[in-house]
Amino acid sequence: MTIATENSTATPAIAKQPARINWVKAAPWLFTLGMFLFWEMLVRGLGTPVTILPAPSRIFQAVVQYWSPLLKNSAQTLFTTTLGFGLAVVGGLAIGLFIGWSKTIYAGLYPIMIGFNAIPKVAVVPILVIWFGIGTIPAVITAFLISFFPIVVNVATGLATIEPETEDVLRALGAKKLDIMLKVGIPRSMPYFFGSLKIAITLAFVGSVLSETVASNYGLGNMMASAQSQFNVPLVFAGLLALAVEGIAMYSLMAFIERRMTGWAHRSTMAN
Amino acid sequence: MLEIASEGIATGTTSQPKEHPMAHLVSIDDVDMRYGGADGTLAVSGLTMRVGKGDFAAVVGPSGCGKSTLMKLVTGLHIPQVGTVIVAGQHVTQPISIVGMAFQNPTMLPWRTTLENILLPLEIVEKHRHRLRANKKEYIEKAEHLLELVGLKGFGAKFPWQLSGGMQQRANLCRALIHEPELLMLDEPFGALDAFTREELWCVIRDLHAAQGVTIVLVTHDLREAAFLADKIFVMSARPGRILKEHRVPFERPRDLEIMYESRFNDLVHQLHGEIAQARVTA
Repeated sequence: MTIATENSTATPAIAKQPARINWVKAAPWLFTLGMFLFWEMLVRGLGTPVTILPAPSRIFQAVVQYWSPLLKNSAQTLFTTTLGFGLAVVGGLAIGLFIGWSKTIYAGLYPIMIGFNAIPKVAVVPILVIWFGIGTIPAVITAFLISFFPIVVNVATGLATIEPETEDVLRALGAKKLDIMLKVGIPRSMPYFFGSLKIAITLAFVGSVLSETVASNYGLGNMMASAQSQFNVPLVFAGLLALAVEGIAMYSLMAFIERRMTGWAHRSTMAN
Repeated sequence: MLEIASEGIATGTTSQPKEHPMAHLVSIDDVDMRYGGADGTLAVSGLTMRVGKGDFAAVVGPSGCGKSTLMKLVTGLHIPQVGTVIVAGQHVTQPISIVGMAFQNPTMLPWRTTLENILLPLEIVEKHRHRLRANKKEYIEKAEHLLELVGLKGFGAKFPWQLSGGMQQRANLCRALIHEPELLMLDEPFGALDAFTREELWCVIRDLHAAQGVTIVLVTHDLREAAFLADKIFVMSARPGRILKEHRVPFERPRDLEIMYESRFNDLVHQLHGEIAQARVTA
């Protein structure tokens, strides 16, 4: 941390130079803009019918036209996704710590977890509908089911890879398993945990939208499904656009949290 | 504070005679240690050695001779199948917290500052963990005193990854000493350092030993390191390891690095080298 502050004192000298375009910072925006332009030209050039591939301009038109249902359904999807994701964080952390605790539990539960993760979540949604009806609850649960696995695996890995020397030093001092977990295992697995959040949040969107599409009257998934049945293809794409925006926003939030919470892991040379 | 606490041991060292049979801190008798069940590898066999209180002992030998096993036997991380290990008058049957350990890999925790890393053992050792919160200030003073001793004054607030390898190893020594262990076990602590840093740290260890009166067992491949630092050098055989020979290092203390260029020093190193070379061949 101190290194960062020391470096910042040196920056004014660089800042004095005439303002230049920071291409690295501008790149995400430029590339996105470029993609839309290319798409627009492609659609216009080929004269693709709007029911197959609408041009971006047509999609933005749909965004403006349907802003109210888009906003409402986006909020619903964001709500179910974050709720399911939140449950996955709590559950994944708990199960990850439990699995990483001992080699026996790790060996016993791992195959079950793999098998469970291999089940397509589309196949689970009908069961959830039988249990909970349609709507918010199955969407939250699907988001949870699909996103908790990477969290579990990462936390368990962090716990399972404690350096044997560290463990020896502490055990020789009379440390119990709990001491080692609290002092070393859990802090050590935090970079893995926060890293997994980025994967988990995008998966959570997959789960919630999936469930909304087949078993809900709300949410972007449902909105896109009904727009599709009315051949309102620009609205379908507007829904996809809204999902992409939400996904990017949540991902950056997770990346931000990761940097804030485990700065040491990114800065460190981890000199072994 | 530290001096007062370790005074008892320190006075023991100043009057250090050639041998004081009653004051063995570590006694290992006829120990066999086998890993992985009845047909597993025999790491040490018929191991017998004694280290007196306040002594600086070095253990050298060919690679794979069970030096690390010796470390684990003495600290109670492994319990031998045959023979006895007695440390400070107690039969070792479980980890004993009167030992401090330092390995080649400093294993500093990167999310803690250097000072917090050094205080870690106090959060574990039964004697200190309940006193830590109430007496935090006293313990921090102690840690800072240790940092000063090893030449890291003012570095406590830095994170370990902001320190060089040699500095990390110095901090590692502080961590091994913070709970005032009677015995310090060092497993190749300077193996990963460059020659000059290593010599600097030899002097740090030499001064720590003189100042704190702690008993040190150093496991090393470096014969010059062993000859420079130790009072006694144990030469181990190839696996299964046992003590082939015990040398008393005759050089007076305090020793200067210059001693390494004297012929009697080189003779000792040469002799050790010959013995280990032979142990490798007979393996």
